Amino acid sequence: MEILNFQFPSSKVKARRAHVGVVGSGDLEILMEPSIDDATHVTIQTSVTGFGDTWKAVLERFLGQHPEAASIEINDFGATPGTVALRLQQAVEESQS
Amino acid sequence: MTNPLNNRGRKWFEALTGSTGKVDGNPGSLMVAEANLGGEKAVFVGVAPDANARFPRTGHTEVGLEEGWYGTKNLRAVIEADKNGPKRPIITVCDSKSQAYGRREELFGIHLAAAAIIAAYADARTAGHPVIALIVGRCVSGAFLALAGQANRMIAFDDPEVLIHAMYKDAAARITRRSVAELDKLGETIVPMAYDIGSFNKLGGLHSLLKVANPDTPAKATVEQVKSALIEAIADARNSPRTLDVRLESDGAKAFRKGSIKVRELMTRQWAPS
Amino acid sequence: MTFTPILSDEVVALSTRRSYIELNARARAQQLLDQGTYRELLGPFDRVESPWLPMQGIVTQSDDGCVVAKGKIDGQPAVVIAMEGKFQGGSIGEVCGMKMAEAFRLARLDNEKGIPTRAVLSLESGGVRLQEANMGELVIAEIYSEMVALRKHTPLIVVIAGPTGCFGGMSLAAGLASYVVMTRQARLSMNGPEVIELEAGKDEFVASDKPFVWSVNGGAQRFATDFADVLLEDDANAVTEAVKDLFRKGQPAQLRTDKYDLFIKRLKSMDPSKQWTGEDIRNAWKAGAK
Repeated sequence: MEILNFQFPSSKVKARRAHVGVVGSGDLEILMEPSIDDATHVTIQTSVTGFGDTWKAVLERFLGQHPEAASIEINDFGATPGTVALRLQQAVEESQS
Repeated sequence: MTNPLNNRGRKWFEALTGSTGKVDGNPGSLMVAEANLGGEKAVFVGVAPDANARFPRTGHTEVGLEEGWYGTKNLRAVIEADKNGPKRPIITVCDSKSQAYGRREELFGIHLAAAAIIAAYADARTAGHPVIALIVGRCVSGAFLALAGQANRMIAFDDPEVLIHAMYKDAAARITRRSVAELDKLGETIVPMAYDIGSFNKLGGLHSLLKVANPDTPAKATVEQVKSALIEAIADARNSPRTLDVRLESDGAKAFRKGSIKVRELMTRQWAPS
Repeated sequence: MTFTPILSDEVVALSTRRSYIELNARARAQQLLDQGTYRELLGPFDRVESPWLPMQGIVTQSDDGCVVAKGKIDGQPAVVIAMEGKFQGGSIGEVCGMKMAEAFRLARLDNEKGIPTRAVLSLESGGVRLQEANMGELVIAEIYSEMVALRKHTPLIVVIAGPTGCFGGMSLAAGLASYVVMTRQARLSMNGPEVIELEAGKDEFVASDKPFVWSVNGGAQRFATDFADVLLEDDANAVTEAVKDLFRKGQPAQLRTDKYDLFIKRLKSMDPSKQWTGEDIRNAWKAGAK
């Protein structure tokens, strides 16, 4: 297991609370909340170690499209970058619904 | 050489009751007897080895279909008999290796046989019978749940042969893909994973750990010692709520079941509509 | 010559049916409660997680794999507890097990105070969580205690849908239920197939032979031998309706765990020296009932 922390500058309104996913094989859980400041903070707990750069790239691409200031907590059980992107998208949709 | 049929559970059952516990109509693995304890009648129940077990996957102290269903019938009879009078204490003398593993068992619903005896012990407790588990040997997995888990008070011998656990070490190692050495190492820091009874006691579930001299050979002095412990536990149970809350309110739980206590506090707070 | 439609009723039903099995625990709890009444307790943002998994380098889930929600069923106060089979195999650890025990306890207290609160437990569980071994054993005993106390006040319904099934400690919880609802995909068994094969050998149990395994513990077999009250196709609305129907029926005439005379009669009349099949039992019990 590895714990990763990232911080990104944000520009838009704060995200609302959302929860999606399950910590099951090849899947992940995302807890999204409004950020305590104007930045987006991401904490990742992942079962697969050594993929910090991949996570950073996936998150940067996602936050480029959705720059809401959010506090994001991810519990990952070996999801592929595609699944991660999908779940992040779902979390945003839920936070807007 | 020791006789495997004369295990600790049988020896202590016989020493405490002066009876073999054989009852007409019961399977040979089930011991049930009434005996004096602290000036009142108490009912003792236990599962013993049985060389003539009908079911091939039982006979070595396993809790199987017969143990579950006949045990239930016997316990229900005690509850019914005492319905309108004083409630006799029920002492469940535990030395049982596990539940029975077999095809017939699953087909005939061993899950229900085990649930039935659990319900009988739980109903006995809530009806006011002090239910005391005396764990003298192994009490593993389904055997713990079926025979000991519902007791108002659990007393275990403080002895290396006493084992309470979810699963034997070799099987747990295979299933969690760890080595036995790794499991031992984990047990040093993860208290609920440890295999020694001292670690189990830390979790606060036991009423007491009893250091008994020569636990394989009950003697006059040790039988008196165990009886005193039972009498004390019975009195304690009678003076307390008929729930299992005492386990969560123990000092052990305060130290090692912080998660459980937090769940209770938060859920109680959130339960009522705000 | 008659015209045979390409889409049979069955196919149409399949195409419009929503799966219950594919729902995660939270969605199952929502499915079981009347629309708009769902209120989750100790939800993800409360972050009450397993304290024992991180110590072993295992990723936690924010609800520890157990969703507890209050709401209404058929207009009556209810609590639903749903286990998530995908997280750690639906295994029972300290936190998720305690959530279950507490939900039952608080429902019992409400019933004792005259607030009739019903309970449904949606199970997917491989049994005790071995990483929290003895904590699981203790908590499971507390779950049973509260189930036995609660079912005196209200029917307590267990739903087993699959794909994980219901094994180990939670199979006994199903045994304690007032009613059991199963799908054909579901399994209900005290010991897992692999464990039986490991302990008793291939003559006793072949864990890799799926039709054999389901012939022992699958929903259809469990329903045919009266270990389950309702057998369903995998249909979310059908599960909800079945649960409502059972609550309308009220308490069962006799709890399964009180049927010791019947089971002792059956045990006496069988020959345990031979190996048995699912079909043998169905036939023997049918004959015995006559």
